[in-house]
Amino acid sequence: MNLKDKLINSFEQFTQNTNGSESEDVRTKRAEGMAIFAAQGFPTMKEEEWKYTPLNKSIKRDYHLKSHENTSLRSSDIDPFLCTGIDSYRLVFVNGVFNKSLSNIACQDTFFVTNLKDAYTGESEVFNQYFGKLADTQQSMVALNTAFAQEGAFVYVKAGAVVDKLVQIIYINNDKSEAQLSQVRNLFVVEDRAEVQILERHQSLTEAYAFTNVVTETSVGKEAHFKHFKVQNNLDETTLVDSTFVRQGAKSSTLVDTFAFGGDLTRNNLHFEFSGEHAEANMDAITLLKGDTIVDHHTFVDHAVPNCQSNQLYKGIYDEKSKGVFNGKVMVRKDAQKTNAFQQNNNLLLTDLAAIDTKPQLEIFADDVACSHGCTIGQLDDEALFYMQSRGIPIKEAKAFLMFAFAGDTLKNITIPELKEQLINLVAKKLNVNLELNELDL
Amino acid sequence: MLKIQDLKVEIEGKEIIKGLNLEIKKGEVHAIMGPNGAGKSTLSAVIAGRDEYEVTGGTIEFDGKDIMDLAPEERAHAGVFLSFQYPVEIPGVSVTNFIKTAINESRKAKGLEAMEAKDLLKLMREKQQLLEMDKAFMSRSINEGFSGGEKKRNEIFQMAMLDPKLAILDETDSGLDIDALRIVANGVNKLKSEDNAVMVITHYQRLLDHIVPDFVHVLFDGKIVKSGDKNLALELEDKGYDWIKQELK
Repeated sequence: MNLKDKLINSFEQFTQNTNGSESEDVRTKRAEGMAIFAAQGFPTMKEEEWKYTPLNKSIKRDYHLKSHENTSLRSSDIDPFLCTGIDSYRLVFVNGVFNKSLSNIACQDTFFVTNLKDAYTGESEVFNQYFGKLADTQQSMVALNTAFAQEGAFVYVKAGAVVDKLVQIIYINNDKSEAQLSQVRNLFVVEDRAEVQILERHQSLTEAYAFTNVVTETSVGKEAHFKHFKVQNNLDETTLVDSTFVRQGAKSSTLVDTFAFGGDLTRNNLHFEFSGEHAEANMDAITLLKGDTIVDHHTFVDHAVPNCQSNQLYKGIYDEKSKGVFNGKVMVRKDAQKTNAFQQNNNLLLTDLAAIDTKPQLEIFADDVACSHGCTIGQLDDEALFYMQSRGIPIKEAKAFLMFAFAGDTLKNITIPELKEQLINLVAKKLNVNLELNELDL
Repeated sequence: MLKIQDLKVEIEGKEIIKGLNLEIKKGEVHAIMGPNGAGKSTLSAVIAGRDEYEVTGGTIEFDGKDIMDLAPEERAHAGVFLSFQYPVEIPGVSVTNFIKTAINESRKAKGLEAMEAKDLLKLMREKQQLLEMDKAFMSRSINEGFSGGEKKRNEIFQMAMLDPKLAILDETDSGLDIDALRIVANGVNKLKSEDNAVMVITHYQRLLDHIVPDFVHVLFDGKIVKSGDKNLALELEDKGYDWIKQELK
């Protein structure tokens, strides 16, 4: 039986098991999701939006659908993948299931950091207000997620509150016996004038195949500040489809900073929209690939109100046979005057077999706007390498130095020093740089 | 220190250097002059180890050792320094980081520990002053947006930091105004000692007013066709190269 049919068949059993604990609203959304998924199935390369990204290999495997938690993990097993230099709230999910003992949740008067399941079984008003309202539920991967997802991160910050610690969310895959398909769901609600920073990491610890389909809905209120760092540092035996939807209010600022470090296939759908004026959205990303891997970044920034700004900086370094896709769509609707929308995609190809498909897509219907896009594809500069060598820097270090310098400006919006150090070290490790990075001026 | 014998160099099948001999001893300043296309920059790049050029004959010895098979960084570690005619811009790498890495890689090659941060800073300050450079300069990306003069000063600053045995200055005077020329030349003269040597490649006498050569060589069509003392440079300034071409006929 193919995966689609297997999922459709399992849905009935799933709803019977969950009926007692879920609200009518959630059940309706699940049924709608399943109907859309059943009608559309998994995306194929015949669709324009998936033209370059072959999901067919990933869905051919025989997946175990029911998550089973692995409780043998200790915090020392996951610490290497977390930012450990600072106090943080932690949500740890193992094989798609929340692990309370490894987590450090927050249930305070002014903010919550907890498992999403607690939110929707607790009849949370906030949950009902936002769940399934920000995501594009017509997309089949989102619909599939809505049908099944029970676990994930719920971060709710009430008006005016500032979450005092970094929120770290880590999805660990540790199922050694079977290929695992996980549907996980994040809901982040940051009310007016509130602030929070979140680190989300997907990490596989096993060689059994892991396919994660994650959907994140983020609502950012007026004058609120939100930063979301995504570390997609999986092993080769993984597929990750990440669909993230952000809606932000007037005078708010947001950052989604993606670190795509490989895996068999990674697809990021990042969607931004503004509900008020003078808001600023920043999207930074660094993609470092080698082997026979593919990372596909699809962004969509919808400027429907005036005076907002969006900045996209996507950088990629592709080695061996790896492949990248960048499709950056910016829509500036008729009323969105004084929009500033910038998009930059720079790529380094280190071999003849590495490839990047890059496509800026600007649709501008307002006449008083500043929009730009730029795209470069190049190799390491021989002239610069010789210059460095002539000063005594060996070729390997010179290359690493150039790559690090190339990637460096995607790290500029990280303001927590410990997090910055951790992410710099991650990038450095991926690039095999032996430089004293902490002192590099980034 | 540097001994070049019957050097022949091609690029893309075209012979640029056609049997060149040159010997530079420590303590000496040599000027290489010559018309455009004579092979001056090729010579400097080949000594530094640029691999686009194919050496088809001859030898280059440095401190008595054949350096033909050494990578550019190994030549640098041995004490060769090339000041580029067109220094390369490297966005995202600060002057400080660049020079720190260069120094520590050289030290590593010699089996030495990395230099202490405070010693490095002290050395940098000292050399900055020598070249009348602003402190803010150090945190800028290397050569990015630098003026012509700043780029050349930065080259000599790096030379000062790395303290090479042989410094090759490839048209270091091009793009410099009078003040910058004086600063750069002054820097080179301060670094000059009995134990090191300088090879100055230039079109013009004006740099040689400041960095006074012991020997002047005329490079023409891939060979050194005439050598003399500093007066030869004056003569070239006065008469151009045509009389040498006449002599050769």
